[in-house]
Amino acid sequence: MSSLDTVVGRTDSADVAEMVRAVHSRRLWRTIGVLAGVLVLAAWGLAAAAAPLVSPYGFDEQLVTESLQPPSPRHVFGTDDLGRDIFTRVLYGGRVTLLIGIGVVSVASAAGMAVGTVSGYVGGSVDEFIMRSSEVIMAFPSIILAMAIAVALGPGVLHAAFAMVLVWWPTYARLARGEVLNIRRMEYVDAEVAIGQRPWRILLRAIVPNIRASIIVLATVDLGSAIVTAAGLSFLGLGAVPPTPEWGAMVSAGRELPQAWWIAGFPGAAIFSTVLAFNFLGDAVRDYLDPRHRT
Amino acid sequence: MLRYIVRRVALSVPTLLGITLVTFLISRALPADLVLANLGDHAAQDPQLVAAFRQRWGLNRPAPVQYLIYVEHLLRGDLGTSIATERPVRTELALSLPATVELASSGMLAAVVIGGLLGVAAAVRSDTPIDLAVRSIMATGVAIPTFWYAILLLFVFYFVLGWAPGPGQLDAGLAPGPPITGMYVVDSLLEGNWPVFRNALAHLVLPAVVLGTVGVGFIARITRATVLDVLQREYVRTARAKGLAEARVVWRHAVRSALIPIITVIGILYAQLMSGTVLTESIFSWPGLGRYAFSSAGNLDFPAIMGVALVIGVFYVALNLVVDVLYAYINPRIRYE
Repeated sequence: MSSLDTVVGRTDSADVAEMVRAVHSRRLWRTIGVLAGVLVLAAWGLAAAAAPLVSPYGFDEQLVTESLQPPSPRHVFGTDDLGRDIFTRVLYGGRVTLLIGIGVVSVASAAGMAVGTVSGYVGGSVDEFIMRSSEVIMAFPSIILAMAIAVALGPGVLHAAFAMVLVWWPTYARLARGEVLNIRRMEYVDAEVAIGQRPWRILLRAIVPNIRASIIVLATVDLGSAIVTAAGLSFLGLGAVPPTPEWGAMVSAGRELPQAWWIAGFPGAAIFSTVLAFNFLGDAVRDYLDPRHRT
Repeated sequence: MLRYIVRRVALSVPTLLGITLVTFLISRALPADLVLANLGDHAAQDPQLVAAFRQRWGLNRPAPVQYLIYVEHLLRGDLGTSIATERPVRTELALSLPATVELASSGMLAAVVIGGLLGVAAAVRSDTPIDLAVRSIMATGVAIPTFWYAILLLFVFYFVLGWAPGPGQLDAGLAPGPPITGMYVVDSLLEGNWPVFRNALAHLVLPAVVLGTVGVGFIARITRATVLDVLQREYVRTARAKGLAEARVVWRHAVRSALIPIITVIGILYAQLMSGTVLTESIFSWPGLGRYAFSSAGNLDFPAIMGVALVIGVFYVALNLVVDVLYAYINPRIRYE
């Protein structure tokens, strides 16, 4: 579109055709992104679930004579310093990493939604207290606070996940509260109050169903960062404890051996591809459930 | 403006108190054995040390009193004693803070400059291959795990190509001058010590790029969205109508108003970069807060890690204060609300 056309606001058929093409190409790229995301996630999910069937080795099986081998047909991702098959460990590690990420987001979003809904509906000092608490937790960078909590509790997958939930819920609570405040003013809620419906019933039947979509959107967009943080905690030695394979912990084990790039390379690529896939998927879910943000 | 600043400073006091309350609760409620967590295996065996510890933090008093004692200690700058080094946590934090500020600020600068330019390019050439490329970079920057990316860059640029110096702040043979700010690049520049300056700068590049990448995607995304929005406004149309060169329209009219939302995200971004330093510093052996947090976590050095959390939390609040004031300065509408 030439600048003169923009100035007079005239659009001729060539411009329209170009705009349509642009929208189409954007949709096309987005569809490709979503498809790739779903494929990657399905591949990791299936491979992690079926790890014992896919791999001939055990995740802790040490083939001492075959340590530090580069990728080969026998060991597609190579082996580590203890002679363990990296491919096998990446598959088993996916179970831990994906479960922590998905588990933390599920628990935190459910808890945050419950807390936020009550906060917005009850109002008053309860609301004030909950909102101030969430603000304070959000004043800390999440990984620092999660680290402090995980150190207090001691290392371990469950402790790391618990630490993350404690840090993760406020975003959901604030979102849910905001939505409740909006919905409360709707006439159909007034109607429920007018016919003498009990508050809990109004909350569960009239309000919660209407805020679910926003929570699901945020949760999908959030999965990627939850997985990166979970892997980061394990990388720092606060998550999975050896010999449990976990992607972040595997990257950490490989950093001391730069000549054996495959030890850190493949688990890192696994995290990267998963997070990228979740982000693509999150954008698509947002477009679908929340058209206001459509770009 | 002064009234706004005073009000905004007063508003941060409850948040600061809240932060101390959170660190207090974590340090009192979560460890299975409070004395063991704070003194370590060794000192917890000594009844005298345990009694002194209980006395110092008022552990046999009611919880609210304990909190007041805790805050009183904090106000005096007492953050406890590190288990690993048996030195005051405050001293150790003060030693590692300059390196982190140096690294995080360089990362920030890289993120704002690169991210800003990419965002403008993507907005001006929206729906072209340039836009697509920039958006791919943004998606990558947001998704790539920092610790893996750091190892990757170190492997390629140090181990394989040998272009970048190895981990650390300086080569082994070089010694920094007496500290002025504690930041090697700044100090050597002030002292005119060129060999150290060049070396320190070379060591800074790779970790700063790693840290900055997290922010590049973030900044580029926001710049792109705002510039795209502004380019459709009436006053941009007017600017074009009066025959201004396109470059002038973009830089003087569109990018300038896009600066406001960018400034508001800088506070959030800086906090993200501070988190990023934990992983980046531990990989680049950068002697800052992040590596201190990392080694403290490894030693289960509880007082040390609580000190880091507290300092970074307070830093974050202060930063948001500065951003808000800056925002009010740029956008007078905020001041008069």
